[in-house]
Amino acid sequence: MAETYAKQLALVIDLNVCVGCHACVTACKEWNTSGSAGPLSDLNPYDAAPSGTFFNRVQTYEAGEFPATETVHFPKSCLHCEDPPCVPVCPTGASYKRKSDGIVLVDYDKCIGCKYCSWACPYGMRELDEERQVMTKCTLCVDRIYDESIPLERRRPACVNACPTNARLFGDIKDPQSEVAVAIRERGGYELMPEWETRPANHYLPRTITETVAAVTAEQSS
Amino acid sequence: MNPAFSVVFFTTLAGAGQGLVTALAVAVLAGAAISRGIVAIGLVVSLVLLVVALGASFLHLGRPERAWRAVLMWRTSWLSREVIVLPAFIALVALWLALRVGERPNPWGDVVLPIVLVAVSAVLWYCTGMIYACIRFIEEWAHPLTLVNYTLIGLASGLVLFALLVGLGGPPELMRPAAAWAFGLTVVAGAFRVAAIARNTRLRHRSTLQTATGIRNPRLAQQSMGMTGGSFNTREFMHGRTRALLARIKYFAVGAGFVVPALLLLPALVRGGGSAAGWLLAAALVQLVGVLAERWYFFAQARHPQNLYYQVVS
Repeated sequence: MAETYAKQLALVIDLNVCVGCHACVTACKEWNTSGSAGPLSDLNPYDAAPSGTFFNRVQTYEAGEFPATETVHFPKSCLHCEDPPCVPVCPTGASYKRKSDGIVLVDYDKCIGCKYCSWACPYGMRELDEERQVMTKCTLCVDRIYDESIPLERRRPACVNACPTNARLFGDIKDPQSEVAVAIRERGGYELMPEWETRPANHYLPRTITETVAAVTAEQSS
Repeated sequence: MNPAFSVVFFTTLAGAGQGLVTALAVAVLAGAAISRGIVAIGLVVSLVLLVVALGASFLHLGRPERAWRAVLMWRTSWLSREVIVLPAFIALVALWLALRVGERPNPWGDVVLPIVLVAVSAVLWYCTGMIYACIRFIEEWAHPLTLVNYTLIGLASGLVLFALLVGLGGPPELMRPAAAWAFGLTVVAGAFRVAAIARNTRLRHRSTLQTATGIRNPRLAQQSMGMTGGSFNTREFMHGRTRALLARIKYFAVGAGFVVPALLLLPALVRGGGSAAGWLLAAALVQLVGVLAERWYFFAQARHPQNLYYQVVS
């Protein structure tokens, strides 16, 4: 088992309030395609089958049986695992986890584009950039969150700044007083595919708001 | 997974090359009356197979000009270990060829290098198999059968080439044992491969859409996968072929990879001598195509857990 670090930056995603607007997707793309790491290429952007490199995507699921259904919007990006299976398999060392803050990164100058790390990620969070032919993934906006020219309250990943419902929390999950640690602790934050013991740093907050609404409605009608 | 033809050709051709070198090395060590010329031809064929395989592996890379970097992480990565062992193996085969060409007997070419080559070939099969077997959540691959099958199928295809070599160049008294070994390994490799296919067909995966999303409702349907035109995720991990085609490829792989070559080896096994070369050539060619199909199916049958996030295309 890999060592864990004193600091682990992560996102906590609140499924109660995500409305599936994709603002985080476009903000991520805009910031990261303009950054020092080079553009995130698009294939056939104005054609019938547009495709391209994204670090973050929002999916939608429907849970339950009509009429008791819930629509759950599900943002999906690199979970910055504390024991990331994608890192040890990399033959070149291009894929690594930073000791200083736990962010999992790819050194694009060392990547040979063998795609083995993407096979070794159970979540499918890595995408090969078709034009640059190197593996890419969420960096937690590593070129933004430490930039002192940006005002402190905006010094967060682009997706977090863009979210209109505050569904995305950002911080150090190893700091018990941080917003993310409190949210995980007090609101039942969970990991994706816990069965593989990758210990994802990103957590998701389960939906409770529909239960609350249902309880209140039942109380009012009785 | 979506099978990459670069990796399909790489692993099958390298496996056959390793198998042929192993057969030649064991034959020399066992003191078989095989001429130096035949060993040299066999080693040249092995080198061609191994170098073509190495070339195919480069086609898998997005940035082949940086391929040298792949030797750096041998402490943690099976892929890195394979990248070191394969060129080393090729160099050792070339060295053995150089030593065997000389007429005088010498202990290096007759004893030391054959032993080293058998060992390095085994290590290379282990590295190749572990590349797949070490990914614990691709459950079709994360099993000892993956290692067994890479080794057995490489040995079987190499031994069929060895039998063909003996059929073409003699000595006649080696024909029956060579054909017997090729037949035996082909049958055993086929049996283990069928066992792996059967296991994978019955496999129940640990991950479900519920564990992948954490949404604990037993009725969970995906409405949108988050993009319209597909992505790396839908291209790399899904083959997009029908179940019917997959089943046809499976039966073809078992038939052409193992059953038909075993039958084509029977004339050499029964008659011996040099009269069965045509049958042996047919066995080698059919098996080559069959093993390519087998390797394609090895990738296609593996269901990556990330596919759980792509249940519908919308």
